[in-house]
Amino acid sequence: MGDLITMDDLTNKEITNLLDNAERLLPVAKGEIYLPLLEGKVLANMFFENSTRTRMSFESAMKRLGGSVLNFSSAGSSVAKGETLYDTMQMVAGYADVVAIRHPRQGAAQYSADSIGLPVLNAGDGAGNHPTQTLLDLFTIREAHHTLEGLNVVLVGDLRYGRTAHSLSHALVRFGATLTLVSPDSLRMPSEIVSDLTAGGAEVTETADLAGTIADADVIYMTRIQKERFPDEDEYSKVAGVYMLKVSDLAGAKESMIIMHPLPRVNEIHPSVDSTHHARYFQQAFNGVVARMALLCDCLGVKVPKKVK
Amino acid sequence: MSEMRRVTAICNGTVVDHIPAGRAIQVLRMLRLDIGRSNPISLVMNVPSAKLGRKDVLKIEDRELSQEELDRLALIAPAASISIIRNYSVAEKMQADLGEELVNIARCSFWNCITQNSHEPLPHKLRVANVDPLEIRCSYCGRGQDMDEIVENIL
Repeated sequence: MGDLITMDDLTNKEITNLLDNAERLLPVAKGEIYLPLLEGKVLANMFFENSTRTRMSFESAMKRLGGSVLNFSSAGSSVAKGETLYDTMQMVAGYADVVAIRHPRQGAAQYSADSIGLPVLNAGDGAGNHPTQTLLDLFTIREAHHTLEGLNVVLVGDLRYGRTAHSLSHALVRFGATLTLVSPDSLRMPSEIVSDLTAGGAEVTETADLAGTIADADVIYMTRIQKERFPDEDEYSKVAGVYMLKVSDLAGAKESMIIMHPLPRVNEIHPSVDSTHHARYFQQAFNGVVARMALLCDCLGVKVPKKVK
Repeated sequence: MSEMRRVTAICNGTVVDHIPAGRAIQVLRMLRLDIGRSNPISLVMNVPSAKLGRKDVLKIEDRELSQEELDRLALIAPAASISIIRNYSVAEKMQADLGEELVNIARCSFWNCITQNSHEPLPHKLRVANVDPLEIRCSYCGRGQDMDEIVENIL
C-alpha cells in the first residue's frame, strides 16, 4: 500500500490484514510491550485543522513503535503567509518518511499525494473522507461482533458533511452490511455516495426516525452535527441537537448492539449511556492507536511479526 | 428546407455534426475558439435530425481541429460526428473520445475543493466515473459535476 486517501485504496483482504495486524499490536499500544518496529522513521503530522484524537493517536502509534513525529499546525506557519499546499508538501517531503494530513478543504489529501512521493495518509479532508477513522471503526466493530459481514449498521446525524460516515459506509457495504442512514432532510448522505453504496447491491435505507431503527441494529454509529461545516449558521441551528440517545431509548435494543461515536460528542449521547455495555466510543478512541500502528507499518513496508512478544 | 441549404458547404476546415440541440454555443466554448478573432464559423441550431430529433451543426472554415480538441467535445456532444473537409470533400472522419480523465479542461465546481485556491499549481483533473449515464467527478475531492457546471467552469 502507498497512499490511503479513500477506502477504495484498500481491498477487503488488505483491510482484514490491517485489522489482524492491529490486533497483534494491542499489547504494544497499551504500553505492555516495547516493539521498536519503526525506529528511525519520521511521521509528519500535518494538521491544517483542529484535531485531538486523530493527531494524538497517530503520534502515540508512531512513538509506541519507536518512531518519531514532526507536528505541524497551520497557525503561525508559512501557510498563514499564503504558502500553497503544494509548496508545503515539497518541504515536508524532505523532513519525513510518511505524512498524515488533515485539511479543511476537500481533496487536499489526494492533492498532497499527487504532489510528493512519500506515502500520504488522509486524516480527514473537509467533508470528504476519513479512512484511518474507518479502520479503527471497523476494528471496533469486529472486536465486538467477531465479524464485519452481514451486520445491520445505523449511521446517525450529519451524513452530509460527516466524513467519518462517508468512509465507513463505503467500507461496510463491501463487507455486506445493511445500512440505515438516519439524518434530518438537510443533512442526508450526498447522492453520489448513496449511488456508490447501492451500485454494489447494498441494502440502504434512508430515514429521519432514529427510534424506529434501534431494535434491529447491531451497531448504532452516532455523529456530531458539525457547526464548522455549515456555510450558514441559521441552517445549523435548525438541526442542532436533533438526535440524542438516552438510556431509555435502548430498552428494545439487541443485547449485542454497540454504540459508537467518532467523538467529540456534544449532546448526541447522554453521559448516562456511558456506563451501559452498549457504549464503545472510548474503546473506539483507543483503537485508533492500534489501527494507525498497523497502517504506519504497512505503508512504510515494515512487517508486523505474527507473534508480538 | 434542408440543413445543407441553410449554410453553404465549406472548402476546407472542420464540420461538427450531430451536436445535441442547443449545445453548439457550449461546444464553441469547449473548443476555446476565439469567436471574435477566429476563422469564419457557421452555426446551425435546432435543425431536424433523424438520429437526434433536433440537432446543432458547426462548420469551422480553414481550421482542422486536432483529436485533443475534439475529445473535449465528448463531454457535451458524445455522439458528434466530425469531418475534416479538404477541397469540399470529406478527407477524414473522426469521433470524439472521452477518455478516463480530463486534465485542465474545466475546474471543479465545488466551493470547498482544494483546487479552488488559484495559486495551487497542479492541474485541474476531472475523471469519468461512468460513461452511460455520464458521470464526471473531481479527481481530487470526488464531487460529482453536472454538465452545466462543467461548461460554466471551462478553463
